[in-house]
Amino acid sequence: MVLPECDPISDIDPLSPESRLALYRWMRLTRTLEERLVALYRQTKVVGGLFRSLGQEACAVGSAFALQRHDAMSPLIRNLGSMLVKGATPVEVLRQYMAKGDSPTRGRELNIHFGDVVDRNFIGQISHLGDMVPVMAGITLTFRLRREQRVGLVYVGDGATSTGAFHEGINFAAVQRCPMIVIVENNAYAYSTPTRMQCAAERLADKASGYGMPGVRVDGNDVLAMHHVTRAAVERARSGEGPTLIEAMTFRRKGHAEHDNQHYVDPAEIARWAEENDPLDRFSHRLQHEFGVDHQTLASVDADVAREVDEATDLAEASPPCDGGEALDGVYADPPSMPTLWYRGDEKSAVARHERPASWGTHDG
Amino acid sequence: MAEATLLDAIRAGLIEEMERDPAVVLLGEDIGRYGGAFKATDGLLDRFGPDRVIDTPISEAGIVGAAAGMAHYGLRPVVEMQFIDFISCAYDMLTNYAATARYRAFLPCPIVVRGPSGGYVRGGPFHSQNPEAAFLHTPGLKIAYPSTVDDAKGLLKAAIRDDDPVLFFEHKYLYRRIKSELPGADDVVPLGKARVAREGKDLTIVTYAAMVWKSLEAAEQLAEQEGLSVEVIDLRTLLPIDDATIMASVRKTNRVLLVHEDTVTGGLAGELTARINEQCFEWLDAPVRRVAAHDVPLPYAPPLEDFVLPQTSDIVRACRWLAAY
Repeated sequence: MVLPECDPISDIDPLSPESRLALYRWMRLTRTLEERLVALYRQTKVVGGLFRSLGQEACAVGSAFALQRHDAMSPLIRNLGSMLVKGATPVEVLRQYMAKGDSPTRGRELNIHFGDVVDRNFIGQISHLGDMVPVMAGITLTFRLRREQRVGLVYVGDGATSTGAFHEGINFAAVQRCPMIVIVENNAYAYSTPTRMQCAAERLADKASGYGMPGVRVDGNDVLAMHHVTRAAVERARSGEGPTLIEAMTFRRKGHAEHDNQHYVDPAEIARWAEENDPLDRFSHRLQHEFGVDHQTLASVDADVAREVDEATDLAEASPPCDGGEALDGVYADPPSMPTLWYRGDEKSAVARHERPASWGTHDG
Repeated sequence: MAEATLLDAIRAGLIEEMERDPAVVLLGEDIGRYGGAFKATDGLLDRFGPDRVIDTPISEAGIVGAAAGMAHYGLRPVVEMQFIDFISCAYDMLTNYAATARYRAFLPCPIVVRGPSGGYVRGGPFHSQNPEAAFLHTPGLKIAYPSTVDDAKGLLKAAIRDDDPVLFFEHKYLYRRIKSELPGADDVVPLGKARVAREGKDLTIVTYAAMVWKSLEAAEQLAEQEGLSVEVIDLRTLLPIDDATIMASVRKTNRVLLVHEDTVTGGLAGELTARINEQCFEWLDAPVRRVAAHDVPLPYAPPLEDFVLPQTSDIVRACRWLAAY
């Protein structure tokens, strides 16, 4: 089996049978939902690009599973699984990709770029890689200042470790002892750039020592190891000991986005990861051979997930498109909307609507 | 009551808002123990403690990003740029992250980024800048740039209470030169409202920040020397722009001079010219003209800096040109 060299972990918590099945279910949901998105993409029902996390599901799901609902999380583009674990629903994701009027961002943003800081506590990323690290440093500093027992998890890729924002955010968090966990998903490629062209260090986990914080490298395709290491970092953060950097070793088996045919990667390497180190196959095999789960149980989870995705797809397809005039609402709390420019005089004027919906990102009082 | 400086007004505004609202916290380089490079936060660490007056690493992008995260979760961070010149290091965080947060994700992002700005202080190219024009082009930001003690305190209070990101420029030449009695704790100056700094009927100067004082000086000279009645509008807030006050004045005087300390190309005056053209074309008796800094990085040596920046005599000359047109 292809397996990058990782730090040894002793006594990985096997979790309860219910939790193991939940992990399997989240990974299966991630993959099935993405496969549905591919179908919709080919039918041109996905408006923009489609970003896959094929082969990286364990990394996303195992780590997010270590969080509680009140903990904060910010994903990167390949963390659909983390979003689902944290409470984002398939229909929300489908509406986002299909740019529907009732999508979580009402058509303003793409894919999993959406947030909920009120209940489920995830913060959609922006496309500028590394920027979410300082943002999560600030969120977790807030938790620390309020003496709340909450932590924050932020994901970046191997490419984002080259950015200034990554450095500034992680250094800020280390100095302020923020209860933050940074997961660097090292999937070998940033778009077409291999990690060795991104960074001269052997191990991205080694960056941690330069910030005075622990760094650990883990097998990102082993969902139980991923969960175990993240949970240890979460507990460390929750007990006031500051941030941890986790480098999760995995492999991107699709192109940067669906349009990218990945010609810059040796097809044999992709095939090897698919055959020997698929995180779902690995976990499914372990569940059956190590933990005594019967095939029937897993098949029924798969069927449940397929049904859930079918229902979500029907809902999303029936969702209304966006109304163009709403594009002018909500740049500011005050004024609530921009006037249309003069050459659109006969179009619906947004300035006439001066209501300020309570859900529009303003703390009352 | 003793007279206060513009710097005192900033400090008083911070203290009042921190006392009023426990969600207000300060972040910046050397703002705690040292009290800030210009002492704007002097004594605040002792008064409010290290959880509310937070010394940070030298990381403008990191600080602004962290402030945005704090704002998402209910705090109202006020970030100090040690010199506003360094705000360029946080340009990405301000324009891509903070400014878009509400629109793209319904995330509240009430942050204030404030700092000492402007020239005439022999600060050289990196301690003298007026970077407001770089941010005017960003929907989602608001920008204030006061010229008086009253406005410095009142606008800062409005900025802190605003639910969106506000850039707050403080002219360092004015910090200790402008003095008046401090306004009361309830005197909040709303964002987006310009002020008529001097009434007149022959010609309008639209300006802001330190140029308000040079324009007032020019108006005084023109009144004394040739009986010209010049109206001076102090914008106070650069985003959103108070069109109503500008256009009312232009319709009254029919001649307008736009004055700013920022470099001329791509500065606010160009935008104002377009707006006046769109809204007041029929009222104009002369072309809209600009007095602004020459398009060079601001040099250090006094004869060079004085040559590049607008002076009162430039404004006087420009007003005469407009009046004679």
